[in-house]
Amino acid sequence: MLDAVYSEPKPKVIAGATGDWELVIGLEVHAQVASKAKLFSGASTKFGAEPNSNVAFVDAAMPGMLPVINEFCVEQAVRTGLGLKAQINLKSAFDRKNYFYPDLPQGYQISQLYEPIVGEGEVIVNMEPGVARLVRIERIHIEQDAGKSIHDMDPNMSFVDLNRTGVALMEIVSRPDIRGPEEAAAYVVKLRQILRYLGTCDGNMQNGSMRADVNVSVCRPGDYERYQATQDFGELGTRCEIKNMNSMRFIQLAIDHEARRQIAILEDGGTIDQETRLYDADKNETRSMRSKEEAHDYRYFPCPDLLPLEIEQDWVDDIAASLPELPDAKKARFIADFGLSEYDASVLTADVASAAYFEDVAQGRDGKLAANWVINELFGRLKKEDHDITQSPMSAKQLGGIVELISSGDISGKIAKDLFEMVYTDGGDPAALVEKHGMKQVTDTGAIEAAVDAVIADNPAQVEKAKANPKLAGWFVGQVMKATGGKANPKAVNEIIASKLGL
Amino acid sequence: MGDLNKLTIGAARDALRARDITSVELTQACLGAIDGASALNAFVHNTPEIALERAAAADQRLAKGDAPDMCGIPIGIKDLFCTKGVPSQAGSAILNGFKPEYESTITQNLTDAGAVMLGKLNMDEFAMGSSNETSTYGNVVNPWRRGNDTAELTPGGSSGGSASAVAADLCLAATGTDTGGSIRQPAAFTGITGIKPTYGRCSRWGVVAFASSLDQAGPMTKSVRDGAIMLGAMCSHYPKDSTSADIPVPDFEAALSGDIKGKKIGIPKEYHMDGIPGEIDALWADGVAMMKDAGAEIVDISLPHTKYALPAYYVIAPAEASSNLARYDGVRYGHRAKLAAGDGITEMYEKTRAEGFGHEVQRRVMIGTYVLSAGFYDAYYNRARRVRALIKKDFEDVFAAGIDAILTPATPSAAFGLGEMNDADPVRMYLNDVFTVTVNLAGLPAISVPAGLDKQGLPLGLQLIGRPWEEGDLLNAAYRLEQAAGFVSKPAKWW
Repeated sequence: MLDAVYSEPKPKVIAGATGDWELVIGLEVHAQVASKAKLFSGASTKFGAEPNSNVAFVDAAMPGMLPVINEFCVEQAVRTGLGLKAQINLKSAFDRKNYFYPDLPQGYQISQLYEPIVGEGEVIVNMEPGVARLVRIERIHIEQDAGKSIHDMDPNMSFVDLNRTGVALMEIVSRPDIRGPEEAAAYVVKLRQILRYLGTCDGNMQNGSMRADVNVSVCRPGDYERYQATQDFGELGTRCEIKNMNSMRFIQLAIDHEARRQIAILEDGGTIDQETRLYDADKNETRSMRSKEEAHDYRYFPCPDLLPLEIEQDWVDDIAASLPELPDAKKARFIADFGLSEYDASVLTADVASAAYFEDVAQGRDGKLAANWVINELFGRLKKEDHDITQSPMSAKQLGGIVELISSGDISGKIAKDLFEMVYTDGGDPAALVEKHGMKQVTDTGAIEAAVDAVIADNPAQVEKAKANPKLAGWFVGQVMKATGGKANPKAVNEIIASKLGL
Repeated sequence: MGDLNKLTIGAARDALRARDITSVELTQACLGAIDGASALNAFVHNTPEIALERAAAADQRLAKGDAPDMCGIPIGIKDLFCTKGVPSQAGSAILNGFKPEYESTITQNLTDAGAVMLGKLNMDEFAMGSSNETSTYGNVVNPWRRGNDTAELTPGGSSGGSASAVAADLCLAATGTDTGGSIRQPAAFTGITGIKPTYGRCSRWGVVAFASSLDQAGPMTKSVRDGAIMLGAMCSHYPKDSTSADIPVPDFEAALSGDIKGKKIGIPKEYHMDGIPGEIDALWADGVAMMKDAGAEIVDISLPHTKYALPAYYVIAPAEASSNLARYDGVRYGHRAKLAAGDGITEMYEKTRAEGFGHEVQRRVMIGTYVLSAGFYDAYYNRARRVRALIKKDFEDVFAAGIDAILTPATPSAAFGLGEMNDADPVRMYLNDVFTVTVNLAGLPAISVPAGLDKQGLPLGLQLIGRPWEEGDLLNAAYRLEQAAGFVSKPAKWW
């Protein structure tokens, strides 16, 4: 359940002519298993290969060919289930989903309808500090991907690329617990984050490694609460499914558009047809993919070529023991151990590499200071060059060295920024550079006092003004810093000026 | 030695090992017999070059000694088996021109054991049929005739080409497949031995699928001993077939002692059916007497759900077939219909499948599609699955009660005339499977042994059903039955 520290976000409300409407959203996310070989054939899954080069006899559905389950893919599904705190079903089974399409050579997709490998789980979707939605996972099942049909290479013919045919997918099905477009996108982001932590899916939406089918319906305020109390879908509106969304932005636009389309129909006295729709990003609209008459009857039945999939609890336990620390736990630990704000902790745990980098910088040092430098300086600098953390020219050890120099008072914040730029651009050991370039800040009070005395002596008029208005003491600080080449410890300068001016 | 093609595997093996004959001589005798038997229409793709090449290789292996039992033995291969570079089209026009790039596990096992492939054998299209009349190659003709009547008879189906070829001595043995009786019924119709092993004993990899949960390959031979020898060479665990069993393959031939003293042979009362000719019941009674004389204990048993087997089978098998045959769509291999201007993918599917599939296949695809469709799934497919579980339990119960094997008739009649069923309700044809389908639904091993002639001089068979994985015991009981029946008749050569 949701931690008591979180409150639920408010559902998105759309004001209609006849009153307010709320949205109810559920997602089916297709996540490609990060495996080298396909689910049943052993052919390679390498992305971007020559068309029809990663195709085994099984993938091309040659007569008499039989599927054999790839155990690694099963392990990834179990891992994913465990990562989503879900029920793992020790016995699951494969079914055939029958339909004709040229990119589906068998004429059926092997999937798991009746007995999926993973049952109920949950995802905590953070919207802002202190606000999160608990989204229940209904199930995860393993299935084969289809190939790719290419219709724009020839005016009279279509082409088929079977490289993707038979690649393993995990279909992660949520309950209709998502209440707005932003929540839907945040859910996908969180799911992708968890899958990447687990290493079970690369989450690359551009390459199609992650795609979402979005189910949207609208209802009146109060309806959803009644649904949650009874789990009776009759309380909710009729849903439409928007297929194959592959960007966070389009997911949000499509949901918003679809909700408004449904509201317009309902307010006109119409009814919503349950149907499958496609989102057209160019026109920002959804279109019906097929009418009810054309709806497929998939004729699911148990796949007779595969035995029921039975796994051992010990095996599941071994996988559970090998799970990495997941985003929520890592974030909580960063907050507790390093004293970070929830926001900073969220930013730093967004991906495994950033979190690991931060931990290396913060280990044995001032965590908050480390977080500031990683987030504000390093991330900012990387972003400028469109780099991610793994491409950082500055190692965690180097940045840690800078943080250490700041903490110890050896350099001032201003000097630290110069040092950061120096190390980022040219590399080197921060402590050695400080030594070499004489960047150490002056903490010797005697030297600072002398500088302060000189400034006071040279500016009697300013002294009078400052005595009348203490805020003007800052002018003296600036003069002293200038005189010391920025190396004087600002805290010491402030104190000495205040005492000399009698403020 | 004349008429080498008439040898059994056992006799040929011994002669080959003794170097009395060579595999090339044996193979040439078979090729000659095949050339002279086009009237039977059993072989549909001959591979004499492959045969002679393999025969020569087998002779070399034999010369070195230590060759396997099947080394140098010329056999026929049912067209359902994929054989690399050789047409393999499951008796269907939709696979016209299809030559696989791979070899089925079973034919590979046989080849590895030194067996010599003579060619591919005719069969009902996609193994759907009981008379071999649904083949795109035209029907096979049974070498047997009713006395002096020249009317052509069916060899049964779907492994009719295999049965006819073995009965007519065109080859020493042949592979068959059995989904509802497709080995045992044609074996019975042609006076040969047909074995349907336990489901999972023989790998289905590379065998064109009809109904995956029922399909099982097996040998069709001139004797029980030959069946034991050939079965041993066919079966193996194959990791690329998830339903192939990872259990050791015993020496089946070594199990043939002929001693069945004290074995309990069950006689199921439900197999006494209305409308079955008296001759069949009489043959069955003879069989019971033979087993009793051999020292077996005869036990009346009940398999209460037998009457639901045929309907359940004709739901499950078409359901699986409708899905298994979806891949024949004209996109990647086999037949593709010529399209008219403006035709799209739907027209391509429809025209290709309408032209490529025969009527019986179309009928079963439609039945299968119907029983799996939304709203009918529970009433048909799911109910049939439950019936199947009950039928399996019927057998488990009698085996648990100590029964070693079950003796039944193999078929409800002797071979019937080709074309005789043309206007009949298809269900009449399906009734041919009434004694055999229960075995497929339960996944059990069974064997059909020729046990006598009817009054028109046509062979009749008896079926023995065994415990799962205990083919050795089953074959030994069949061996005893074969000895007792002393069936030595051969069809008079007219072709």
